[in-house]
Amino acid sequence: MILLTPLKKFQFPIHAECINPDVFQGKSKAEIATLIAWEGNRKKKLGDLFKIEETSAETPNITINGDISEVRRVGQSMKNGEIAINGNAGMHLGEKMAGGKITVNGNASGWTGSSMKKGLIEIHGDAGDYLASPYRGSTDGMRGGTIIVDGNVGSDSGCYLRGGAIMVKGNAGQFLGFHMSKGVIYVEKDAGRRLGASMIGGKIVVLGFVDDLMPTFTIDGVKAKAKVDDTLKAVGPFYVFLGDLAEHGNGKLFVSMAKNPQLKNYEAFI
Amino acid sequence: MTEILIKNGFVFDPINGINGEKMDIAINNGKIVESVNSQKAKKIDASGLIVMPGGVDVHTHVAGHEVNTGRMIRPEDHVKDAVRKTVLTRSGVGYSVPSTFVTGYRYSKMGYTTVMNPSMAPLGAKHTHEELNDIPLLDKATFPLIGDWWFVLEYLQKGDLEGCARHVAWMMETTKGYAIKIVNPGGLESWGFGRNVHSIDDVVPNFDITPREIVCGLAKVNKMLNLPHTIHLHTNNLGIPGNYVTTLETMKALESIATEGKPVAHITHVQFSSFGGESWGNLKSAAEEISKYINNHGHITLDMGQIIFSDTTTMTADGPFEFTLYQLSGHKWVNSDVETETSGGIIPMHYKRTSAVNATQWSIGLELALLVKDPWKIFMTTDHPNAGPFFDYPKIIAWLTSKKARMATLKRCHKKAQKKSLLTSISRELSLYELAIVTRAGQAKALGLKGKGHLGAGADADVAIYNINPEKIDIAKKYKTARKAFSSAAYTIKDGQIVVKDGEIVRNVDGRTMWLDVQTREQLKVDEEMKRKFKQYWTVEYENYPVFDHYVKVPEAITVKASV
Repeated sequence: MILLTPLKKFQFPIHAECINPDVFQGKSKAEIATLIAWEGNRKKKLGDLFKIEETSAETPNITINGDISEVRRVGQSMKNGEIAINGNAGMHLGEKMAGGKITVNGNASGWTGSSMKKGLIEIHGDAGDYLASPYRGSTDGMRGGTIIVDGNVGSDSGCYLRGGAIMVKGNAGQFLGFHMSKGVIYVEKDAGRRLGASMIGGKIVVLGFVDDLMPTFTIDGVKAKAKVDDTLKAVGPFYVFLGDLAEHGNGKLFVSMAKNPQLKNYEAFI
Repeated sequence: MTEILIKNGFVFDPINGINGEKMDIAINNGKIVESVNSQKAKKIDASGLIVMPGGVDVHTHVAGHEVNTGRMIRPEDHVKDAVRKTVLTRSGVGYSVPSTFVTGYRYSKMGYTTVMNPSMAPLGAKHTHEELNDIPLLDKATFPLIGDWWFVLEYLQKGDLEGCARHVAWMMETTKGYAIKIVNPGGLESWGFGRNVHSIDDVVPNFDITPREIVCGLAKVNKMLNLPHTIHLHTNNLGIPGNYVTTLETMKALESIATEGKPVAHITHVQFSSFGGESWGNLKSAAEEISKYINNHGHITLDMGQIIFSDTTTMTADGPFEFTLYQLSGHKWVNSDVETETSGGIIPMHYKRTSAVNATQWSIGLELALLVKDPWKIFMTTDHPNAGPFFDYPKIIAWLTSKKARMATLKRCHKKAQKKSLLTSISRELSLYELAIVTRAGQAKALGLKGKGHLGAGADADVAIYNINPEKIDIAKKYKTARKAFSSAAYTIKDGQIVVKDGEIVRNVDGRTMWLDVQTREQLKVDEEMKRKFKQYWTVEYENYPVFDHYVKVPEAITVKASV
């Protein structure tokens, strides 16, 4: 196992896509220290930025101790292995990830798990904006894998979702599941405005309060339970809405009945 | 300025009938000359290399407000192709809608020296010229969209062709334009009212004229003005299955205007206008019908609009067509109605081998280029970026010159498209001589650029040298070598200066912007009525409308004597 500790408090953004179990695989400590990372507009060696130690433990393959909220693109495109971050993580963590596992014992920043294909990301704090959403303008959203967030997520999470699952144990910001077409988003607390805007498929389950449901969703019925994945069935009862009709969408919103008395008037249309 | 002597290259100069002869090319003061002082001149050893005139692109959207809007809606297009600055070159982004500097560098690396920006809303003329000024290493010109311009429609409605001609002459000077561009004649005006025209005899709302009258009227005007290029026409019903009938009707309508078999119209990105079948489900190629007509008539030139399988951005003044694409794809879409002038639309598009429609379109483009027997009648373009980005031209070169290359790609296409494709039955492979015609000489001739596309004495010293030895390499077999050679020129010489060496930029020069100074016997009188219309219908005052001389960084006015 490789143990990385930041040598200083970073003042500039660090681009370190080299921090990746696939890249570290089979390299000695000295070789890892020569990998290239960018500090602002300066080309640096990883050894100039981090103290690199080797321990005998097998997993996780890489452990980072300390605050790396300025370090971007950690675990980008990783296929195997495991990264554990004991501190806050930077932007684009696990972008385009295709396998393996990332654990953050702290908060994650924007674009975590952007366009990921497979694997698991666990965040034991809050996640930033654009969780699992693709690069601006792109429609290439998350295709598979799982993201679990113990805290809250920011706005525009799960945009263009095409598969996989996002589990949030806290609150979600606005525009959750924007333009999603497949996959599941599960929120244990409240969801912000414009929930599921432009969604054309997939499922969003909200156990808490929904602020301002879009008028382009139509009520489909009431259900006692909502299946999230093979192991989890959320207990309702739920209002089920279909939409987004502005996009001729067929996505499903499961919204808790108990927490949303303001939606009672929809019952007349069932 | 230094003298240059290019020694012992295999020269391909179709306008002067030189087919691969080993000879020297002399350059002095930015022009090709008969000879130079061989002691003093800088010598380029081109033995084992081919020497061609600099490439000319007849149709490529490189500047203007539609291109810029395309840039704005495609951040994901840029992020995958960032270009760093070097000591000589500026940074930028690339792919389907590259920034201006990157456009210039990439064209130049392929040995191109002249490009035509074919679609400029007159209202966006100032912006277009600002962008053209920032495209280095290339000579440029831009075509104003006149086919749905209210004044022209009014003149044609009245049948006043002479008045129309004077107005068009004024427009060329006002917008610093080079040729008459017509896009979906009548359709764009209709689009302002949410409608379109579906045949060349549909009536344009509020103007009581038909696309046939617009096209024929402007073709006659073009002749009266003696403009160097013909009308540059994007046909009605473009991109709709079964539209080849409209294309044939348009070409037939123009027959009577032609004299001495000279071209009177250039039908651009003809691949999009050669669809057979009735729906997207049974789309098929109409390349045979179109090429048969072209082979029997001399009044039309074409360019391919060849599909490249890639993620690109479509942008055209044909607003209704872009709306059709939006309905098909549901992708992000930009629509605009440019006041009284034209319309526009932009939508990203991913052409895929695995799509039967896209693969058939790919096949249609190549079929047309190969079935039209005379290479002086059809030129190589991708209608950048509509059918693919321009820096993929070497791929088309490989497909045109090598059946092996075509088959290798066809084999990977959708089964349905493979079955329908005529490519299996076409064995023609373009020679280097023919290639020089479809990539430079033919285009320069069709555009009426006297100093471009050839290496005769007096021509502009725009030269491209590629690393292919025709004595040793058969490009039909070694198509990958050819592709590599054409994507990075051994040398590109622009106005007598070496700007590219071994595929790298070695010097920065500004290209010129060519525009037409059309001299009519009687000048257009800008009367109170015209000014009143500007005040009433345009967002820009008449006084602020024209592109003044200082807007164009390196202008080259081409004087044309009109016969009216």
